[in-house]
Amino acid sequence: MARAFTPKVVTANALLEGDAVWLTEDNQWTRDIAKAELITDEAHGDLRLLEAQARADEISGAYLADAKPGTDGPEPTHFREAFRTRGPSNYHHGKQAE
Amino acid sequence: MYKYNDFDEAFVRARVAQFRGQVTRRIDGSLTEDEFKPLRLMNGLYLQLHAYMLRVAVPYGTLNSAQMRQLAFIANKWDKGYGHFTTRQNIQYNWPKLQDVPDMLEALADVEMHAIQTSGNTIRNVTADHFAGAAADEIEDPRPYAELLRQWSTDHPEFQFLPRKFKIAVTGAAEDRAVVRAHDIGLQIVRNEAGQVGFQVIVGGGLGRTPMVGKVLRDFLPKKDLLPYCEAIVSVYNLLGRRDNKYKARIKITVHENGLEKIQALVDKRFETIRDGFSGHDQTLLEEIKAAFAAPEFAQKPIDGYEAARLANPAFRSWTDTNLTEHKTDGYAIVSISIKKHGQTPGDATSDQMRVMADLAAQYGHDELRISHEQNVILPHVHKSDLPAIYQALSAADLATANIGLVSDIIACPGMDYCALATARSIPIAQEIATRFDELKIEHDIGELKIKISGCINACGHHHVGHIGILGLDRAGVENYQITLGGDGTQTTSIGERAGPGFSADDIVPAIERLVTGYLDLRESPDETFLQAYRRLGMEPFKAILYPAEDKANAA
Ligand code: HEM
Ligand code: SF4
Repeated sequence: MARAFTPKVVTANALLEGDAVWLTEDNQWTRDIAKAELITDEAHGDLRLLEAQARADEISGAYLADAKPGTDGPEPTHFREAFRTRGPSNYHHGKQAE
Repeated sequence: MYKYNDFDEAFVRARVAQFRGQVTRRIDGSLTEDEFKPLRLMNGLYLQLHAYMLRVAVPYGTLNSAQMRQLAFIANKWDKGYGHFTTRQNIQYNWPKLQDVPDMLEALADVEMHAIQTSGNTIRNVTADHFAGAAADEIEDPRPYAELLRQWSTDHPEFQFLPRKFKIAVTGAAEDRAVVRAHDIGLQIVRNEAGQVGFQVIVGGGLGRTPMVGKVLRDFLPKKDLLPYCEAIVSVYNLLGRRDNKYKARIKITVHENGLEKIQALVDKRFETIRDGFSGHDQTLLEEIKAAFAAPEFAQKPIDGYEAARLANPAFRSWTDTNLTEHKTDGYAIVSISIKKHGQTPGDATSDQMRVMADLAAQYGHDELRISHEQNVILPHVHKSDLPAIYQALSAADLATANIGLVSDIIACPGMDYCALATARSIPIAQEIATRFDELKIEHDIGELKIKISGCINACGHHHVGHIGILGLDRAGVENYQITLGGDGTQTTSIGERAGPGFSADDIVPAIERLVTGYLDLRESPDETFLQAYRRLGMEPFKAILYPAEDKANAA
């Protein structure tokens, strides 16, 4: 039996800076996951991923990551994705410093 | 030190220009990421969790002060003012921007450095004993051979697309400080019964998901046969190595699946075919390289000031007890500078610290620096009379931690703070362990103890060969840390054994504390190291300490 589809966001690394970006409903790349489009339909997710992957001069390595609805917008569910919204834990660098 | 000739210089500059064009085409969209990725990897550029990462080779770990200053300059100008020194004698920059990388490579080329073949399925940076040319227990300086291998392997047309990455390490000493038994090829300079000097050739060692201790392929290889013999090994591997499954592609698996005898026969046959092609040009080249590595002119000076300073200053005495190694020349010492101050990220140095170390090398150290696979920086040739001044300068730069070889001298890979492949973090665990043992003030009492931490099964942090190894895993969406015991990366290499169920991020540091304080009760005398006690007693008593009966249910 196929596993139930869990909500997703499209994420990637920005081409120049290499940092994490998320795809919004109006096709912008945002550095704030809360502004991302939360995808709840599997077929729509596959389509959004294909569209994202076609934007080769803006990003690298697009994929679908699990997310859940939060008070301000989508939030990560796995710790790896949570780190991507913040930056490393040994220095105040990356998104947490911006 | 080796100096680039016109050919080397032109080659490196041409590669930078090529890569500049490739980056331009990637940015304007004419190259896709799939097309660009192999090109950037050939030039040491990775894409990590939060940014790109540029890995720069420090060939056989040797740097001069101008090179170290340039690394500092690059860290300041295009990164966040620091660099990370790794177990494979590389430096990694964690925050470069794609459009700046060609300029960074150009700046490296200005000091005869590059990032070529620091990634990809090629022969990687050839590593060597970080005490090479200085150690008292050395038969011969291994670096000329490492340089010869580097020239042979760089851009070698036959070996740009091997089944998998290929790592070579060389040592010239009886005590193995280069982990040669955990490399695809390990070379140990030895003397045979007739008194001739040659190589013991070890093959098929490696860590990663299937750790293996290398096997002796040839007990004694005459020095002049080094290149044709290594070429024979790599070309046999190139044909026989598996390309169907990347987890089975390293030469350790090729040796394991085919058996050492078959590999030996094939290598010997290939060697016979190709050896005449090496018409002696390599030996002429080797002589030129050797001249470049001639030992510096060592000074003869009294060391009374040093002895007096030792008596007068207990902190200095403690540092000299821990961070110095015997030098082959009277009156000299090898200084290991710890870049592992308690609570800091193992292997990180700020650009200011790099400059201080460069200045010390220039002023007192015959202009030489080394990067050790244990992620520290070495001043290989220091006269003892200069040690008080060096200690003072290091103290002012937060570089005088007296912990070499002790519990806080931890190897840790970048883990999930940076690495895209990680399953858990490793840096915070290293920081917490070091901080905790510093609070307990028992690390000098504990004595020699090597803790090594990897953030995933790839084992970049050498956890398999740590006396205590820690492997970070993702267990159902939570970080979990598995402990291995009894690993050893020296001439008595062994792979650590798993102690039992893993620990959560909160429980791992207390578990390590329990284990180490428990060892203090188990040891026969203060001279018995953790590893020796483990080898004498086996796993059981340590397991009992790690998993006290009443906690068993929780630990699982
Ligand atoms: C951060 C980016 C890094 C990536 C993507 C990476 C990737 C890998 C992979 C995939 C392996 C397993 C190879 C295999 O089993 O065939 C490996 C092994 C290894 N890497 Fe890394 N690594 C990284 C950083 C480092 C660092 C920072 C160091 C040094 C501290 C390092 C040193 C090693 C060593 C020593 C091994 C095990 C020895 C062996 O090759 O068997 N790597 N790495
Ligand atoms: S061991 Fe894993 S987490 Fe650590 S650097 Fe290597 S690939 Fe990354």
